[in-house]
Amino acid sequence: MSELVNESVKEIRRDLTYLAHWRTWEYVFWIVAFASIFVLPGHYLILTEIAWLALFALSLDLLLGYAGVISLGHAAYFGFGAYAAGLLAKHGIIAEPVLALLAAGFAAMLLGFATSFLVMRGSDLTRLMVTLGISLVLRELANRYSNITGGFDGLQGVIINPLLGRFEFDIYGKVSYIYCLVVLFVMFLIARRIVHSPFGLSLRAIRNNPLRASAVGIPVNLRLIAIYTIAAFYAGVAGALSTQTTAFTSLDVFSFDRSADLLLVLIIGGTGYLYGGIIGAVLFKVLQDVISSFTPQYWQFWIGLILVLIVLAGRERMSRWFDMTRRTALVTLGLQRILQRGGKL
Amino acid sequence: MTILTVLFDGIAAGMLLFVLASGLAVTLGLMNFVNLAHGAFAMAGGYICVVVVNRWGMPFLAALPVAFLFSAMIGALMERTLYCHLYGRSHLDQVLFTVGLVFMSITGVDYVMGSSQVFIDIPKYLQGQIEVFGLGMSRYRLLIILLCSLITVAVQLILTKTRFGSRLRASVDDTRVASGLGINVNTVFALTFAFGSGLAGLGGALGAEILGLDPTFPLKFLIYIMIVVTVGGTSSITGPFLASLLLGIGDVAGKYYVPKFGAFAIYAMMIVILIWRPHGLFSRAVSK
Amino acid sequence: MVTRISASKASGIFNRGGLAAAAFAALGLSVSAAQAQETVKIGLIVPMTGQQASTGKQIVSAVKLYMLQKGETVAGKKIELIVKDDGAIPDNTKRIAQELIVNDKVNVIAGFGITPTALAAAPLATQAKVPEVVMAAGTSIITERSPYIVRTSFTLPQSSTIIADWALKNGIKKVVALVSDYAPGHDALNSFKATLTAGGGQLVEEIKVPLANPDFAPFLQRAKDAAPDALFIFVPSGQGGTLMKQFAERGLDKSNIKVIGPGDLTDDDLLPNMGDAALGIVTAHLYSANHPSAMNKAYVAAFQKAYDFRPNFMSVGGYDGMHLIYEALKKTGGKADGDSLIAAMKGLKWESPRGPISIDPETRDIVQNIYIRKVEKVNGQLFNVEFATFEAVKDPGKAKK
Repeated sequence: MSELVNESVKEIRRDLTYLAHWRTWEYVFWIVAFASIFVLPGHYLILTEIAWLALFALSLDLLLGYAGVISLGHAAYFGFGAYAAGLLAKHGIIAEPVLALLAAGFAAMLLGFATSFLVMRGSDLTRLMVTLGISLVLRELANRYSNITGGFDGLQGVIINPLLGRFEFDIYGKVSYIYCLVVLFVMFLIARRIVHSPFGLSLRAIRNNPLRASAVGIPVNLRLIAIYTIAAFYAGVAGALSTQTTAFTSLDVFSFDRSADLLLVLIIGGTGYLYGGIIGAVLFKVLQDVISSFTPQYWQFWIGLILVLIVLAGRERMSRWFDMTRRTALVTLGLQRILQRGGKL
Repeated sequence: MTILTVLFDGIAAGMLLFVLASGLAVTLGLMNFVNLAHGAFAMAGGYICVVVVNRWGMPFLAALPVAFLFSAMIGALMERTLYCHLYGRSHLDQVLFTVGLVFMSITGVDYVMGSSQVFIDIPKYLQGQIEVFGLGMSRYRLLIILLCSLITVAVQLILTKTRFGSRLRASVDDTRVASGLGINVNTVFALTFAFGSGLAGLGGALGAEILGLDPTFPLKFLIYIMIVVTVGGTSSITGPFLASLLLGIGDVAGKYYVPKFGAFAIYAMMIVILIWRPHGLFSRAVSK
Repeated sequence: MVTRISASKASGIFNRGGLAAAAFAALGLSVSAAQAQETVKIGLIVPMTGQQASTGKQIVSAVKLYMLQKGETVAGKKIELIVKDDGAIPDNTKRIAQELIVNDKVNVIAGFGITPTALAAAPLATQAKVPEVVMAAGTSIITERSPYIVRTSFTLPQSSTIIADWALKNGIKKVVALVSDYAPGHDALNSFKATLTAGGGQLVEEIKVPLANPDFAPFLQRAKDAAPDALFIFVPSGQGGTLMKQFAERGLDKSNIKVIGPGDLTDDDLLPNMGDAALGIVTAHLYSANHPSAMNKAYVAAFQKAYDFRPNFMSVGGYDGMHLIYEALKKTGGKADGDSLIAAMKGLKWESPRGPISIDPETRDIVQNIYIRKVEKVNGQLFNVEFATFEAVKDPGKAKK
């Protein structure tokens, strides 16, 4: 009996490792991403924004795509990280950007942990409103304590020291971009590890059916709190990156528009396979840039139209391509297992 | 005396919130549909009122029904062509779809009507104050309170006394059983949606004078509307009504007595209430 | 000079053979080099979406009108305008400004609807030595943030101190202030308060209104209960209409409380729609569409003909900003590097639709007349009618230091 259990545990572990395998297109994806440093030298600024936006979207993907928690106020943690990084640099508390980045991330993480208890209660709608409320309260607080945050004028006088004490942030944004891209890559690797772990699987079980998940013994609330806290860390790091690369931050980081745009980014790219945020960030920024260059006043209309069309066309249909790859993987897996058992089903 | 004035202003603000939000409460409770574009229907009502009153010279009071009908028509049209495809979808899809609509409505109105704030020409008899027992009351706010009370009573009567109301309540309680009993749930949905949008339009027309009207209206007041609905719960119409009054009076009194407390009082209040009662203050339902 | 370099390059190609290719290369190089020399690019960054959209609309309209009237060539240079929307979001502004400077190689950045956006671009102006012409934002500190910033709009203390002066002279002693709770509001309040109290007046209450605020009723009620001689109001242009409606609604227009403030309250953009509640408001400001000069009459007529709405003080900021760039280019003989342009801009004096103005050579801030105006009906429309002038007002925010 115990042998059988052991055997199936092993099997499951093997299956998990197989699913976590790097596929060819993933290698290509990252090679292309890093090649952009050499291929697109005139576009570092927008690329930098894409990189931290992608990280921000990745954070929401962990929450929404894997755990199924809707948030309209994810900007709260982004903004908290942004202000934390700005204040750390401004007052020279932690002068080295990488350390400050981590510190800002942890600050956002603490906030995420503290507020996760508020968010875990209630239905989707309650969650929407509570998350939105948190970001609005933070915005008002930042406006109120303008002696610390600079209020409406934004945080002035932020000077970012050279990266690792060596690389100065230049006006062309090359250092910024490489920095953001490396951070994105590292954070992506960690996220990938998380979602392919048993913990990540339990999240998906919760997303698909919380009741069933708790019935098979998954501590639903603990898991949700954990992922919410992790997502807050990711968002905080993204916010800190935005501050460090622009040497500036303002109340706008908490705004509703930012959370709404973020949802849009993730949706364009697709949820629940980690690359959605990155692809979405690229598409969103390029679209925004292209549309707003010929109609600076009305670009939001077209963005809105795209959103409406995506939903009407059906997001599921659009992400079918990725399902196909996933399904292929599962089929291969099944075949392998059949072969192992000597051809018996 | 001041306390009465504050109370009066608070009630007027709350009533206005209720008319703006009641349509959303109904659609949300009935169809479980998260319609973040509800404010856009209110804006449509406000702008049509501007056009018919300021440009065509229609009297203000006659323009209010026009605002209602206009928004209701847009609502019905949108429901039949777009919204009806999304009933079965996830809340996320609904949020995305309606956020997209909000963006489109904002820029669309900006393109047609310009980005500046607009005002409706209010007739002379509605301007200024009247004194009742030494209490200065704004005529316009008095009108709001009167109209909104009438609307509330009417909505309540429709819901409880008419055949349509009982069908509606049946559909809310259990859609499947209702349609099994031969109630045409789709028609009920469409009519209710149109009615809710119409109320929003009326609210937009009435509120333009007090809240200001510009293309960013749907986004600016979305939060207030959503607060009313989430706090009030969606299982009855009295919940949102009481929540509106509570928020209106709380907001006005807070600003009057402790102006330094700032804007976050209302958000903080919402968070606290939602944590205490996740399904709204006045909700019977445990979960839906 | 440049042509010669390209010619020598071309001869190198020629030596390796391929006559036609060499000729083409020479032609191409010299043409592109000449183009780079002869265009002066101006990056105009303004909010065209969001709450501040009307500011952007006014500025872009005025800038385009100027280019239409004065032509697109100055001192032998072709002027190229690149308009970008930042939605009044400072980090957007910063990114856009950086892109304009790095990729488009603009010679001047201009626009800036609100203070944070102007401040966000300031370090870039310094770093890249590109003049930043501020056409709208009004906080005093802006021009101190970079030696390359020049302002053609106004500073908030200009209007706020002047209105305090005027109030004192006209027997207004007891004032309640109602301002929006953000940096420009504080700026306006502080400079008003300083002048008022120094002159023996009394500020009995300061009411700070949240920026995102739908209903002014409770704040106005509070002001009413304090029963002051006058109510000093500063809200971002756009909220003034609602505020004045509610002012009348509360019966305050029938009371003896005067409304005073900087002219943002009775913005020409909104004034026609504000209704009779606005009648009698006294404000101090730099521009009124009703300014009685021949130049302004022509300006307003041309503007309304082209765009079908009334120009406001933001529009003259844009119009004069363009004028400043044109004149500076004329003065440098077409040299468009940052240092020469800034040097040429300092001390420039000219006649604008708003009246005579100049750029203070020390602070690079605008020096202009501040007019005291009262809202009256002119030909059935509401206008700010000027009745007193304070000449050549410098920024009091800086004069104090």
